[in-house]
Amino acid sequence: MTSLAFINELMGMPGNASAHGYQIDHIIEFCHWFMGALFVGWSAFFIFVLWRFRKSRNPVASHEGVTSGISTHLEFAVVLIEAVLLIGFAIPLWAKRVNAFPDNKDAILVHAIGQQFNWNFHLPGPDGVFGRRDAALVSNSNPIGLDPSDPASKDDLVVMGELHVPVDHNVIIELASKDVIHNFCLPSMRIAQDAIPGLIIPMWFKPIKTGTFEVVCGQLCGLGHYGMKGTLVVDTPDEYQAWLKERIELSGNQSAPPAPGAVPPAGAPKTANPGGG
Amino acid sequence: MDASSSVSHAAHDHHDTAHEHHELGFFRKYVFSTDHKVIGLQYLITGLIFLFLGFCLMMLMRWQLAYPGKELPVIGNLIGRMLGPGSMNNGVMTPEFYNSLGAMHGTIMIFLGIVPVAFAAFGNFVVPLQIGAPDMTFPKVNMASYQAFFVGGMIMLISFFVPGGAAKGGWTSYTPLADIADKGPGYDVIFNGQTLWLIGFILLITSSLLGAINFIATIIQLRAKGMTWMRLPFFVWAQFVTAFLLLLAFPPLESAIVMQLMDRVAGTSFFLPTGLVVNGTAVSISGGGSPLLWQHLFWFLGHPEVYVLILPGMGIVAEVIANNTRKPLWGYKSLVLAALVLGFLSFIVWAHHMWLTGMGTAVSAFFQTTTMIISIPSVIILSAFFISLWGGSIRFTVPMLFATAFLPMFGIGGLTGIPLAFNSADLYLHDTYYVIAHFHYIVAPGTIFAVFAGIYYWFPKATGRKMNDFWGKVHFWPSLICMNAIFLPMFLQGMLGMHRRWYDGGEGWTLASEKVWGLSGFHWNLPISIAAWTMGVAQIPFIINFFWSIRHGQKVGINPWEATTLEWTAPSPPPHGNFLTPPVAYRGPYEYSLPGRAKDFTMQTEPVEPNERAPHEPAMSLSH
Repeated sequence: MTSLAFINELMGMPGNASAHGYQIDHIIEFCHWFMGALFVGWSAFFIFVLWRFRKSRNPVASHEGVTSGISTHLEFAVVLIEAVLLIGFAIPLWAKRVNAFPDNKDAILVHAIGQQFNWNFHLPGPDGVFGRRDAALVSNSNPIGLDPSDPASKDDLVVMGELHVPVDHNVIIELASKDVIHNFCLPSMRIAQDAIPGLIIPMWFKPIKTGTFEVVCGQLCGLGHYGMKGTLVVDTPDEYQAWLKERIELSGNQSAPPAPGAVPPAGAPKTANPGGG
Repeated sequence: MDASSSVSHAAHDHHDTAHEHHELGFFRKYVFSTDHKVIGLQYLITGLIFLFLGFCLMMLMRWQLAYPGKELPVIGNLIGRMLGPGSMNNGVMTPEFYNSLGAMHGTIMIFLGIVPVAFAAFGNFVVPLQIGAPDMTFPKVNMASYQAFFVGGMIMLISFFVPGGAAKGGWTSYTPLADIADKGPGYDVIFNGQTLWLIGFILLITSSLLGAINFIATIIQLRAKGMTWMRLPFFVWAQFVTAFLLLLAFPPLESAIVMQLMDRVAGTSFFLPTGLVVNGTAVSISGGGSPLLWQHLFWFLGHPEVYVLILPGMGIVAEVIANNTRKPLWGYKSLVLAALVLGFLSFIVWAHHMWLTGMGTAVSAFFQTTTMIISIPSVIILSAFFISLWGGSIRFTVPMLFATAFLPMFGIGGLTGIPLAFNSADLYLHDTYYVIAHFHYIVAPGTIFAVFAGIYYWFPKATGRKMNDFWGKVHFWPSLICMNAIFLPMFLQGMLGMHRRWYDGGEGWTLASEKVWGLSGFHWNLPISIAAWTMGVAQIPFIINFFWSIRHGQKVGINPWEATTLEWTAPSPPPHGNFLTPPVAYRGPYEYSLPGRAKDFTMQTEPVEPNERAPHEPAMSLSH
């Protein structure tokens, strides 16, 4: 889909990498055209008036001032354009984000669990079922509190910091947090969602470009907030399968209890700088 | 009643001396005063000091953003010695201190700077004079309001010196981050940054509530004879609406703050859910609370607060524009109506600060719609100011320069709110520097310029002297340029995806290494910081001009700007009780350039002459 993004590009907005992203870019672009038109119009009037009605050129003021109702028309125009942006773009777009989730069968499912100052990704593994998590089981070797007694958890994968997804596939991420509020923000995918302790909130997107993208923590979460950087790698389907296979093997090698969901130490992806200095 | 009895009480105490109020001792006159003008000036001076302090915190942060991890020469070590190595370790800012500076910059600027200056200082000094009242309705409540504010401010300052430093959870103090803050080893129940922030805040809210009640009672009860509602200067209307916003929006936050305080000191879990694991350890709490509840209560104040910050500024700008265009404000009635609608709507838009908390379509559609609707009264107010300039005979006095600059600056701030109002656009822009630039355009070159306009404009009334024009212009032009040099590039940083509250200024982020307009997002930090420091220097002419002019400024008469409203009929400075004879209002507030008159301003106290063309105020024959 071609993207209308003249002002966006002028202002340095990076390229979009998700299927719905061009719509977000459009509404930002339209807003900027609307704002620009109002600002240029107001400024032209403003500068003209300051020059035309300065004291030395217009020593006697008019008590009445403007008598035409042109400002009413301007205000109606503003209302109309805002209504179009709101009803035509903003509300349907949001509805698609939060109501029109793709079917679980057609999507890669991931749970992302935020903590100070990193993201843990929980993948269901070959059985496609997420194992139970319990905050009481959280330990250094079990960062997300995966329950080893749950059969579904046996093949689950836990990855820190770096998530791989295949290109052109829907991705549904369910967000949770262990400690404080974080925000899983993917500027390149034009998507962001708070991760709030006590709640599980889903978000979805469909990457359309391969590459490595930064995951920003978009909510102040403590002293290491600035370094809470996740990585999203959008792979070709083959690369993705290879990565998945590697993850499963690494996980399988570590069969000794109590670590069914432990982080694979060898070959672990570069995790975010945990902050602190 | 209360005001007049207090005034007569003072007169009674000293009835045998000619200059009764000179007999009050220094403390009664300047420290424990019940005179609205003295309280207004107390608020002004304290508030301006806090504004400058809040700005200094920002100048420190700008060092870290421009040169992350580099030692700040001289000042860095000085602060390190004063506040301990937890702040500036060997002159290098720690992330904790950076977060403290950010949280306290916001808190100080909003609650200890702008609200006290724009609302309390100008409201106290100007409103009773403009409505022809001898004082506020409750002078002692007024004094209590300032004292609560002062103590609250001191507690906020003290919090910098406790172990661990001042609050560091952002000015919004989102839970659970704020709830669990500072709870490490050596945790003192009271003397830690976040707890002191909460206690200080309770006093600040109390102060605002006392002030708001007083303003409302005064405007309703103490208007002079003939001062009907539609003859009130727009500034009084703006303060009236502001007082209602404070009165109705602050109590929910005050209760929320008490709840957060209980979470910290009494082991409750209002805002703490079950199953928190911090730093690998389960937190021992009862749980069951909701972090989102805090956000709702906070923003229920937080959004009306935005209008608390801007409405008094609009009021000041309205007065200055009418006076310096020498013509009535255009659309006075629609301005009043717009201010009332703005006040009402500001209570039902708060959740637009929470787009990313997982909101459904219906709720977000409601809040987007109200947010769009609230832009209409804002556009009406701004349009009325622009149109008011048409046909004027514009004098570019120093107050007018600041008021003129307010218009496009507020315009930029308002317009850039449009994409943020749409939650889908906010998906990209949320918490980026775009947001920082947006709201600073409203509050910094918006409200703060209005505050400067007000100071230059009413200074002669408070002191009988004018501030120096030349140095006023030396203050204005660099301030205007620096404000824009600081905030315009932030829109670019925001569009790049750079987020706020980044201790490293984006140095560690690939997205901040993208170039825009010749510099990478991260490298834009340096010119912004230089502009911020230059802006600090640009305030020196103002500070010197302000204090120098109190004693040495050019002496002026009681109405140096040839204005029309009642405050300009009182002596400068007005004595205790304000007016020599009770004023009577016979006409609207902005009767400038009435046709067929020798002078271009007709004061509200001048009776309407029989042959005078009826002013466009329909209620002129009604007396109050």
